[in-house]
Amino acid sequence: MSVEILLPAMSPTMTEGTIAKWTVKEGDKLSAGDIIAEIETDKATMELETDEDGIMGKILVADGAEGIAVGTLIAIILEEGEDLGTISTINLNPREERIAENKPSEAQAVSAPINIVPLQDDLPEGTTYNNITVREALRDAMAEEMRLDDTVFVMGEEVAEYQGAYKVTQNLLAEFGSERVIDTPITEHGFTGLAVGAAMAGLKPIVEYMTFNFAMQAMDHIVNSAAKTNYMSGGQIRCPMVFRGPNGAASRVGAQHSQNYASWFAHIPGLIVIAPYSAADCKGLLKSAIKSENPVIFLENEMVYGQSFDVPAVDDYTVPIGKAAVVRTGSDVTLISYSIGVKFALEAAEKLALEGIDAEVVDLRTLRPLDMDTVIASVQKTNRAVCIEEGWISCSISSEISARLMEDAFDYLDAPVIRVTNEDVPMPYAANLEKLAVVSQERIIKAIKSVCYKGGDQ
Amino acid sequence: MAKKPSPRKSVKSGKPTARRKNVKAKTPEATNEELIEYYKTMLMMRRFEEKAGQMYGMGLIGGFCHLYIGQEAVVTGIQAALKDGDSILTSYRDHAHMLACGIDPKIILAELTGRADGISSGKGGSMHMFSVEKGFFGGHGIVGAQVPIGTGLAFAHKYRKSDNVSVTYFGDGAVNQGQVYESFNMARLWNLPVIFIIENNQYAMGTSLERASSEIELYRRGESFKIDGEMVDGMDVLAVKEAADRAVATCRQGKGPVLIEMKTYRYRGHSMSDPAKYRSKEEVSKMRSESDPIDQIKRRLLDGKLLSEDQLKKIDKEIKAVVSEAAEFAQNSPEPDPSELYTDILVAE
Ligand SMILES: Cc1ncc(C[n+]2csc(CCOP(=O)(O)OP(=O)(O)O)c2C)c(N)n1
Ligand SMILES: [Mg+2]
Repeated sequence: MSVEILLPAMSPTMTEGTIAKWTVKEGDKLSAGDIIAEIETDKATMELETDEDGIMGKILVADGAEGIAVGTLIAIILEEGEDLGTISTINLNPREERIAENKPSEAQAVSAPINIVPLQDDLPEGTTYNNITVREALRDAMAEEMRLDDTVFVMGEEVAEYQGAYKVTQNLLAEFGSERVIDTPITEHGFTGLAVGAAMAGLKPIVEYMTFNFAMQAMDHIVNSAAKTNYMSGGQIRCPMVFRGPNGAASRVGAQHSQNYASWFAHIPGLIVIAPYSAADCKGLLKSAIKSENPVIFLENEMVYGQSFDVPAVDDYTVPIGKAAVVRTGSDVTLISYSIGVKFALEAAEKLALEGIDAEVVDLRTLRPLDMDTVIASVQKTNRAVCIEEGWISCSISSEISARLMEDAFDYLDAPVIRVTNEDVPMPYAANLEKLAVVSQERIIKAIKSVCYKGGDQ
Repeated sequence: MAKKPSPRKSVKSGKPTARRKNVKAKTPEATNEELIEYYKTMLMMRRFEEKAGQMYGMGLIGGFCHLYIGQEAVVTGIQAALKDGDSILTSYRDHAHMLACGIDPKIILAELTGRADGISSGKGGSMHMFSVEKGFFGGHGIVGAQVPIGTGLAFAHKYRKSDNVSVTYFGDGAVNQGQVYESFNMARLWNLPVIFIIENNQYAMGTSLERASSEIELYRRGESFKIDGEMVDGMDVLAVKEAADRAVATCRQGKGPVLIEMKTYRYRGHSMSDPAKYRSKEEVSKMRSESDPIDQIKRRLLDGKLLSEDQLKKIDKEIKAVVSEAAEFAQNSPEPDPSELYTDILVAE
């Protein structure tokens, strides 16, 4: 029986690929495990293997073909003795997309970002911008700081030779060598403690967690060693270091790999906590974090690594720690968020603009210390606030904002502050449940309408 | 049959608790029925994993998906030495361990597709599956975290005064987590019936053993805790079974723990999105062509005239049919009901 080879998804986020090259020709004999093609995915070049013994019957997509959708028929493998003529039932149209029947609900998709151009008064006149991905912006920030300060080094699992599990440390090994770009064993508690010691001795470690879920192994050193040493030593010993990596929900990776720890870290005196959204903020804030004399938790988001934004093309571009940004101005309601939540807020604001609701969006950017001045100034103008957070509701950043608004801006509020967050459940794996668990535009819009008294619940 | 000498080494851990006699490297014996059984079990695992890989490619499985292809002999040989009431647990690379426990491939594959009929109702996913009934305690996504948990399963066996054992599987990357050594210490201190199995497939994601470990003879990692260690050819199901029999006997007599390093190899990338640039194609094809666990048994079956080519083909066909049926089931099972979002968070009391 012949076997149809459909272009497979070769990463959790791949939707299309390029056939870099076929490594076999029509008529070649194949055995299971043979590599038949090299495919470029959104992340890397991968080898496509066959699971079947047989003969390469027909190659339907040429070398170099780009933008081939996952599920497209790309080749047919024949059983020995079979020939193409005998299999008339196969539809040889190469570009026909064969979406599997009974496909699960679409996983959370990441739509294109709404570009945020940094409006910074202190940028020189005539500043130009480079459109780069968040992934590149983070890498550039590390590379620039490593050039400026030779006490800065990066350590973590797969950061060097593999170029980073999510490719954020790409090319750093080539430029800085293995003494400054260090692959560690899988031993988060150990290497975090080691990095704290190095920081105490005056070096500036950047510790990458493959994801923040694994920083749970290292929690003691973050909370008990890094965060408290300056205080306990009466200011004698500092821990100038950055703990960074992806945080928050990824796609379809289940309960142990999809959680937002922002409020856990923001709870701890002695830590700075940063969770930016745009590429410019990722770059500018990571540079500030590395320059800082304090331990900084730097929370990235896997779902936006590949998204592009304008980043100012200026030397040593930094963004100050502890300053929120108004990323959309409006007069009817203030939406407060951080990280990927800013994207959800901006999208909701665009949608509501069509319905006559003019929302202002505040990107907190730093979660500890919180820039309540910016939040309150906005609420004084709009008199309404909705907090949006891709994370759990209890004891969340949203809870903190809500409490502070009640304490410090009660008189300006015309409606109760509403928190719109993920559902209060571990992250389910099933596509439909995952979609339900993560904060949705529907719920954000409903909340905004309700604080504006426009067709919401109240 | 051309077979390279099995890399078997052992270490005795010193006076007070080293009770095991010297290991003699004799050729392990197996009955014809056993050989055929191992062959079928391993082939089932391979076909299942290939199907999972294909379904991932079709977008029917999401997130991470870690295949066990190449390592089949390890769990097959060990499971053959266990009895009812024993418990096992492992990491995220868990599909084959579940098949070995006798769990229906349909409900494993339906979990991979995230459907209501999946073994965790679609809520766990490929890394998080469990079956109390079959003694399978997961399916753990945090590297190394299953090691103290497996030690705790052994603690419970001893507490209940049963002679059951806990088999705790972990990787060559996981061996560097501190909690592994905390577990070793307690396991020996309290003589717990736990068999620590290091599945040394030589890579932790893109990091080879040599790049991450100061002591690469992993079977020696228990030495300073007075845990006997042994290295076994994990591509040879008979060698695995023989070592497992001895380890199980030691533990059932209350003389555990035991540590075994299984030398094995994964043919595929770490998970589905790994381009595997850290090793050469030649290395992979050499392992495949010279040491494949399924081919080894197949050759034995053919050479010993236990089964003919035709009979082997028939077995392959039967297994393919079971896997296809499971795939159908896993695609046709409905997604979980939205109300499932809020079930099973706490036990209702
Ligand atoms: C604590 C922790 N750190 C990092 C990871 C990411 N990760 C998943 S698997 C893996 C490699 C583990 O390798 P090994 O123990 O050899 O097992 P194998 O995958 O080879 O079966 C890593 C680093 C994780 N899941 N948990
Ligand atoms: Mg390994």
